[in-house]
Amino acid sequence: MINWLRRNKSAQGTLLISPTLVFMIGLLIIPLILTLIISFGKRSADGNVIYSFGLHNYIRLLGVSYNCSAGQTVCYDPIYTQILWRSLTLAFNSTVVVILLAYPLAYFIARSHPSRRNTYLFLVLVPLWTNFVIRVYAWMMLLRTQGLINSALAWVADLFGRPFTPLEMLYTPGAVLIGMVYEFLPFMILPIYTSLEKIDGSLYEAAADLGANAVRTFLRVTLPLSAPGMVAGTVLVFIPVMGAFVVSDLLGGKQVILVGNLIQRQFLDARDPTFGSAASLILMALTLVVMFFYTRKFGFGEEIAIT
Amino acid sequence: MTDEFAVEMQDVVKRFTTPEGGILAAVNHVTMQIRDGEFFSLLGPSGCGKTTSLRMIAGFELPTEGKILIHGKDVSQIAPFQRPVNTVFQQYALFPHMTVEQNIGFGLEMKGVSKVERSARVSEALEMVRLPGMEMRKPKQLSGGQQQRIALARALVNKPEVLLLDEPLGALDLKLRKEMQLELKSLQREVGITFIYVTHDQEEALTMSDRIAVMSKGVALQVDKPEAIYERPATKFVADFIGETNFLDGVVRGQTGSTVEVDLPGTGTVYIESSRTFANGQQATVAVRPEKMTLNREISGGNNLTGRVEEVIYIGTDTHYGVRFAGSHKARVREQNVTQGQKALASIGDEAVVSFTRTSPRLLTE
Amino acid sequence: MTQKPNSLFVRISALLVYVFLYAPIIGLMLFSFNASRTNIFFGGFITQFGPLQMEGSTVVQSPCGPFHWFCELNKNAEVKQAAENTLTIAFVASISATIIGTFAAIALQRYNFRLKAFSQLALYIPIVIPEIVMGIGILVLFSQIFTILSGLTGARFSMGLPTVIVSHIAFCIPFVTLVVQARLQGFDKSYEEAAMDLGANELTTFWRVTFPMILPGVLSGALLAFTLSLDDFVITFFTTGPGSTTLPIYVYGLLRRIITPQVNALSTIWILIVFTAVLLLQWTENRKA
Repeated sequence: MINWLRRNKSAQGTLLISPTLVFMIGLLIIPLILTLIISFGKRSADGNVIYSFGLHNYIRLLGVSYNCSAGQTVCYDPIYTQILWRSLTLAFNSTVVVILLAYPLAYFIARSHPSRRNTYLFLVLVPLWTNFVIRVYAWMMLLRTQGLINSALAWVADLFGRPFTPLEMLYTPGAVLIGMVYEFLPFMILPIYTSLEKIDGSLYEAAADLGANAVRTFLRVTLPLSAPGMVAGTVLVFIPVMGAFVVSDLLGGKQVILVGNLIQRQFLDARDPTFGSAASLILMALTLVVMFFYTRKFGFGEEIAIT
Repeated sequence: MTDEFAVEMQDVVKRFTTPEGGILAAVNHVTMQIRDGEFFSLLGPSGCGKTTSLRMIAGFELPTEGKILIHGKDVSQIAPFQRPVNTVFQQYALFPHMTVEQNIGFGLEMKGVSKVERSARVSEALEMVRLPGMEMRKPKQLSGGQQQRIALARALVNKPEVLLLDEPLGALDLKLRKEMQLELKSLQREVGITFIYVTHDQEEALTMSDRIAVMSKGVALQVDKPEAIYERPATKFVADFIGETNFLDGVVRGQTGSTVEVDLPGTGTVYIESSRTFANGQQATVAVRPEKMTLNREISGGNNLTGRVEEVIYIGTDTHYGVRFAGSHKARVREQNVTQGQKALASIGDEAVVSFTRTSPRLLTE
Repeated sequence: MTQKPNSLFVRISALLVYVFLYAPIIGLMLFSFNASRTNIFFGGFITQFGPLQMEGSTVVQSPCGPFHWFCELNKNAEVKQAAENTLTIAFVASISATIIGTFAAIALQRYNFRLKAFSQLALYIPIVIPEIVMGIGILVLFSQIFTILSGLTGARFSMGLPTVIVSHIAFCIPFVTLVVQARLQGFDKSYEEAAMDLGANELTTFWRVTFPMILPGVLSGALLAFTLSLDDFVITFFTTGPGSTTLPIYVYGLLRRIITPQVNALSTIWILIVFTAVLLLQWTENRKA
């Protein structure tokens, strides 16, 4: 047995990978297949699954409705397509804002003295180590009508003797955007930093030597060479925003419903797991398609591994 | 009879699958015998199969075909840790997380040698490589040359039947390399263990070896003593790889006894002494070392060819003359600068006679 | 370094981003000393010990003074249970995922076998799909299994610590594998050959040479898995049941009902623990180097 295993390299590899395969097949592949099977089924009166085959859940997601106003049997109900579109645009907007905030900080760290870089990076990581839910909660406190921001503004207004009406910030799309940006900002800073740090200092000198000023050096040398970092960061930000439901739930209330909230409700409140499964698979497909075209265009960043 | 050989490779073949899916024979039907107590070198350019051969003897690769015997025992299919050989690696492969003592003692520990004896033998081994008292250092704290000696000690402390060395001096600078060459050679004589030494440096092989196997493209072209390899190369490749050689391509026109008449088209006819028999009209190459040629000092009864000097290079001890003959032949002649203020024997553009005896060249067909 | 120092513009932008990163956290910590029963508004800091007048006419006893909410938290059995659950899950899941993921990394980096491409792909999926998709899938799987088991045995089954733990192991494995694989990529095979050459068999070679040399990678993989598990909300949310509430789940539940400064006190403790733990880790790393 030992001798057979010793000679059979392929068997050794299979033996080492098998526990991983058990987990990946058992808790990833089979669940995904089950989700697919259920998504074709129907909801029973008591909220359980009746196995059948039909595309009705997908048709419903695409906006085809049978509960129409007078006279029509089939009509277009945009509610679900709107939700999908909202998630997509929010993921896009969050990514753009995150890049705009992450870049200057990553640039600052990469160009500061090597002895101080680790401390600066450490400061980027600390917020990540506070819990995900706690971070959202912190923004609830800031944005609330009687929250910190409004209190501060009221204090300033009072100082100048002006009347002040508190701003309604919580439970708005803006609050959700801020929440998403805050949650995922560090995931963009790290890969951009990694790719900026790799740039050989002599390239800046070469650009200067060839007559490029600071702005042109940045646009023609720094920015293109840090593109892999931005690509990797985008993957790390876009995907979680697409599936998020906690941020929108706590900061958006009933105002901002994302695909994540739609799915979550089907499994908890509305109890239509078949529709929830279909939505979950549509979400996965949408994310994979966007990321496929994006990474095919820009290449898959090597910086994706977080240290 | 078999005990006379420390290592025997019997018709060994090693094929690899290349990443593109092709099949490459890194070692192609190699047979050689390495004698007990010998300093044996495997010499050749990169990709010639010398390292693969060594790795098969060590057991890191298993031969696709053929057998490998160590002191008469077939080891072809057994694991490295079951073989009575030890290796000094190219980059030393000293375990970075262990001290020098743990590194050198590792092999003894695997054999179950007691801690007390181990530590005594480790100090002994350190004495031998002239690095006493280094036990507690980590490899990182050692210079390249020191690491090299520790790697040597780590292998030798196990008293292997054969020591395998894979370009062990390649990472050292030139001066240190020269020192280590001599040291390795005397160490080998001292311990009396068979050394198999892989190198691409012909000078290194000539300096250190009792015998050399010159390899190219997976084949052992010639296995012989250094003098024989240099003076009587078996093929053009060997002649070219070891030292510098002038090749004059020609056709055999006749043979009287051991004297072969070779026509160098456009340049002239030469007569070469050879023990081999050649057929009329056979293609053959006259291989002559530059130092065995003279310029403008005709040798009676030898070969004298007239050409034009194209190049004169003064390099201190010698002056090199590049001469082009009427045919497409070229030769480089090395003349020693024996007397003070010696004048050049010819200048660029001069007509000159290049001479060599009938016995100095080798007449080669492959 | 021949680079020019950062311009004022870059420095000010960087400072503003740091403010953006830290302002919420600092606000959060300050509110754990809030002299208000709910965290809807700021009632000033608690300054005195003993009876404390809060909004309206409520008077609460505050023997802990400014640390009133920390003491209240300490009395909260639910929080303690949640903290215990969180740590249990994180330890068991990260250790298991580290072992399994390290084996996988070695297999993928060193061996050729039939399922290699499939395994590599399967390990990428959890990284490139939204977490909720995996969470939903696991929820569906377990509810189906439990339905079948209930039908067979008549007993009732529900989600709990075991379901959370196996799910955490599953989503941590890919990250461990990624980190260890990166470490193995730079690993020179000749160290292992040297060990075998010196008489060590495969197992001894692994334990004495390979493992100590990839240990830093394995440790950072374990640390990543631990952090991911500790921080996880989504997977836990869909696989948790009675008795397996974790801190994030507990906080989320509270946030949807009433908000008391206890949550802030909890967050403050959490942040301080993590901060000191990381500082300690960095300090020991620096001492080693």
